[in-house]
Amino acid sequence: MTAPPPDDCLAHNDWICGDYLSTRRQILLDALAQHLQLTLISVALGLVIAVPLALLARRRRWTVGPVLGITTVLYTIPSLAMFSLLLPLYGLSATLVVVGLALYSLTLLVRNILAGLDGVPAEAREAARGMGYGPMRQLLTVELPLAVPAAMAGLRIATVSAVALTTVGAIVGYGGLGNLIYAGMNAFFKAQVLTASVLCVLIAVVLDLLLLGVERLLTPWRRAGRRARVRSRAVAGPKRPAAAAPGQRV
Amino acid sequence: MNTVSAVWGWLTTAANWSGENGVWHRLEQHLVLTFACLVISALIALPVALTLGHLGRGGALAVNLANIGRAVPTFAVLVLLLLTPIGRHGQWPTIIALVLFAIPPLLTNAYVGMREVDQNVVRAARGMGMTGAQLVWRVEVPLASPLVLTGIRIAAVQLVATATLAALVGGGGLGRIITAGFNLASTPQVVAGAVLVAVFALLMEAAFELAQRWAPGRAGGRVR
Repeated sequence: MTAPPPDDCLAHNDWICGDYLSTRRQILLDALAQHLQLTLISVALGLVIAVPLALLARRRRWTVGPVLGITTVLYTIPSLAMFSLLLPLYGLSATLVVVGLALYSLTLLVRNILAGLDGVPAEAREAARGMGYGPMRQLLTVELPLAVPAAMAGLRIATVSAVALTTVGAIVGYGGLGNLIYAGMNAFFKAQVLTASVLCVLIAVVLDLLLLGVERLLTPWRRAGRRARVRSRAVAGPKRPAAAAPGQRV
Repeated sequence: MNTVSAVWGWLTTAANWSGENGVWHRLEQHLVLTFACLVISALIALPVALTLGHLGRGGALAVNLANIGRAVPTFAVLVLLLLTPIGRHGQWPTIIALVLFAIPPLLTNAYVGMREVDQNVVRAARGMGMTGAQLVWRVEVPLASPLVLTGIRIAAVQLVATATLAALVGGGGLGRIITAGFNLASTPQVVAGAVLVAVFALLMEAAFELAQRWAPGRAGGRVR
């Protein structure tokens, strides 16, 4: 073993290290790709399950209690326990992490989509009916678009939490950047832990901003109506948020 | 079916419940850690939130804290603290991480609760000649208490979950049963530990649900 040069930050085990970025580039990129993949697939899966659930809860009112109750109970289970409980079903696999994260996103998504649909003004629905819209057309062209802002609020929170929670997947070897944090902890490798942690936060911020952009594209009428709304808010007082978000998931 | 009976077997083995690595000892660690951190974070967050809420300032701070809390992985913070000099002082990395993550829900809920107090009531109280301190303790805090309690509940449940993660960085608590199970490659122990953790978290949530339902009338019913 040759002695490292004195100015080598890897040898010093510094927190911030340019050499780390250049020498472990491929490892970082692979972990980043895995992290993004796990997060995005799980939130997409959650959305695919949540939309029909919310529509069902809206159509058959008695299902609201059970649907919200069960998803809230799932949300209460700590992440380490959630991934461990799914272990007999999926083994040590990426599917386990994806399913666990998707289950967490359900609470936020169902609640917010439901709140969004409930917030559709009765006048808008009556106008659509008066124009001869059938139930399906009314749902697709009037109710769902008007529910987008509330639903997107839930989607943004679900995505940001999923990015943070993916790290715990390291316990089964599929934690994306969490794997690097876990390995870095065992090796006392400071640069790796800090770099991976910062990347996690960066992903969360970037995804949040992207979703904000998507929301603006999907709701052009909100920008057009902003000036009018500001005027009416001054009279009516500030609007309450659509749905109270439960606490952060750990 | 096989797994279920193996998990049941693990849970009903007396040896798994006693001793240094037993369930009772881990449960005790978990409880002590959770409540100690809940008290510390409440002592930090509530005075700040009640003051800012009374003055009507710091709304942006409360909202931003909550958002930042969601984006930062708890596990990453635990490991980062462990690798700093604080890491050499036993439980401190865990305690600091837990407190950091319990403060946002406490702060935001108490702040919002204070702000949502009916301004007519506040004006009426002022009109009756109440001083600032009287206003806070006799009017605003009682009326804000449902939301303050909700914040405490969210923080407590979150602390239970975070204390589980502490096992990943070598801390105590119920999560340790799970991580030990992974090290032994014993699926029954992993699942048994997970069941215990899940039940504990759900019981904590249920306890607060009942507490809020049976709390004095002014904390539950009158504020709507």
